[in-house]
Amino acid sequence: MKALGSHRRHPAAIVILLLLGLIATGGLYSLLAPRAAQAAVATTDDMTAGRTLFLANCATCHGISGQGAKIGPSLVGVGAAAVDFQVGTGRMPLAGPGVQAPSSKQVMFTNQEIASMAAYVATLGPGPSIPESQYTNGDGNIAMGNELFKVNCAMCHNFAGSGGALTRGKYAPSLRNVTGNHIYEAMATGPQSMPVFNDQNLSPTDKNDIISYLHDLDKSKNPGGLSLGNLGPVSEGMFVWVFGLGLLVGAAVWLGSKAA
Amino acid sequence: MSEHGTEPAGEHVSQPGTPARLEGSDGIPERFTNPGLPPHVSRSADLDEKAAHRAERQVATLFSISMVATVIFLVAYFAIDQKTYQFIPGIGQASLSNIVLGVSLGVSLLCIGVGAVHWAKTLMPDAEVTEARHPQRSSDQARRDAVQTIAAGGTASQLGRRPLIKYTLGGALGLFAIPLVVQLAGSLGPLPKDDLSTTFWRKGMRLMRDPEMTPINVTDVTLGSVFHVLPEGIDKSPHVLEEKAKAAVILISLPAAVIKIPKERDWGHEGIVAYSKICTHVGCPVGLYEHRTHHLLCPCHQSTFDVTQDCAVIFGPAHRPLPQLKITVDAQGYLIAAAPFLEPVGPSFWERG
Repeated sequence: MKALGSHRRHPAAIVILLLLGLIATGGLYSLLAPRAAQAAVATTDDMTAGRTLFLANCATCHGISGQGAKIGPSLVGVGAAAVDFQVGTGRMPLAGPGVQAPSSKQVMFTNQEIASMAAYVATLGPGPSIPESQYTNGDGNIAMGNELFKVNCAMCHNFAGSGGALTRGKYAPSLRNVTGNHIYEAMATGPQSMPVFNDQNLSPTDKNDIISYLHDLDKSKNPGGLSLGNLGPVSEGMFVWVFGLGLLVGAAVWLGSKAA
Repeated sequence: MSEHGTEPAGEHVSQPGTPARLEGSDGIPERFTNPGLPPHVSRSADLDEKAAHRAERQVATLFSISMVATVIFLVAYFAIDQKTYQFIPGIGQASLSNIVLGVSLGVSLLCIGVGAVHWAKTLMPDAEVTEARHPQRSSDQARRDAVQTIAAGGTASQLGRRPLIKYTLGGALGLFAIPLVVQLAGSLGPLPKDDLSTTFWRKGMRLMRDPEMTPINVTDVTLGSVFHVLPEGIDKSPHVLEEKAKAAVILISLPAAVIKIPKERDWGHEGIVAYSKICTHVGCPVGLYEHRTHHLLCPCHQSTFDVTQDCAVIFGPAHRPLPQLKITVDAQGYLIAAAPFLEPVGPSFWERG
């Protein structure tokens, strides 16, 4: 301990302490962060099953008949597409209160259960239905999709679909490796902060073009390797400021020092 | 080098060990003397022939590495297919050709530079030399001679005696400057006139979807929708890009009840409002609309406009609200502009104030 204490004024000590602090904070957060509660669900495949699932898992926030409450919006008229998107991407059920629901790899329900709930919510009021596969398979016009994406989507979701920040902690999520179905449903329903792009604004063919473009982005290779998140000037500038300037400062110090 | 380490002299100098003080005059000397250069320290290569040999070998090694790297570059340029992808730790999946070419050329040039600096630092002479600055003023004799030469030239050319030549030469040279100025000013291009204050929008133009250029029926604009809009016929304009950069409009449908400003409601159509998409800060396209908060965010500098308050600035560096485009509906139910923009769109400029 005495040996360690004698090094406390070493120039590297502050760096090491900072690193240790960051690692401890990150580790503790990943251990203690709120997790989604495991819900026990029954499996039958008719509308009443959907209603049962809804009452067990959704009604606490969205109201017993989906009419909405203080903590959850009304589900009347959101349509089956909204349920398939929100539950199918793991956004719902919400893990904890926050500025927006994050997507999660841990989807809480089987496809069958999601379909039942979607069918039930669709009965509450007319709304966008789950799209047909011919509009979500991504075999559309990639060039047109690129143009539509740049005008309608890129300002929030970034030119490379990497997502970006909005106001007060909200953000547009990354669109990389998202299924065509979910991309379509997001455009049709306007989840969270996103506005609605209905079929008169972007026709189903247009939506398929955008899906085709995004799927083409997922497949395209990066000749330069490290993409730094495709976030544009923020991450690239940061990289240059830290490593480029660091290297230049090091070179300047070496040039100025006398040979032994 | 005899002045190295000159001892400061005089009764004002504080004794060693006495800290210099700012208050009073006894703590610090009245006048600081030049301490001179520190004593010259010889390098190991100056004293030891072995060390000099070692430095020579190090420089030669660096130059050799540079040669090897250049050869690797040349071989890789022809040998590696550009479509070959390879996983490289820390970089990920990348084009092998790109990485090898870049690294080899970088190493090649870096080793030349590092070798040259190492050579200069270890082997080239490093003795400190002091050189006094030459006086800048010429000698009195040279100055007198120069004046005499100019005066003699003036007399010999008879410029003073022959005023006709003097005045015509002045006129010719003076006039010759005008074509130069005219060319410079003329090549700046046509005057902007009112281009900065007006856009492509005219009364009665339909609002068209960007980029499909199809008209928008009022029934298409459901609540919470956002349309990115251009004026009808802009794609036929001779300067499409310049016109698009001014005329881009964002069409938003929000509940009419949340609109707080009567003018905004009157200029829209049942909660459908159209605003210039060009930020009033430096002209970025303002397109990030949050349909729950009705905030419109500019991606460049985070200026935030509140669509319920006639796009007033609620955050960020923008100074003016976004200009609203007055819209209405034509006989077929398509959205049209009821008037052009009544104020200049986009960032400030001189005449706008």
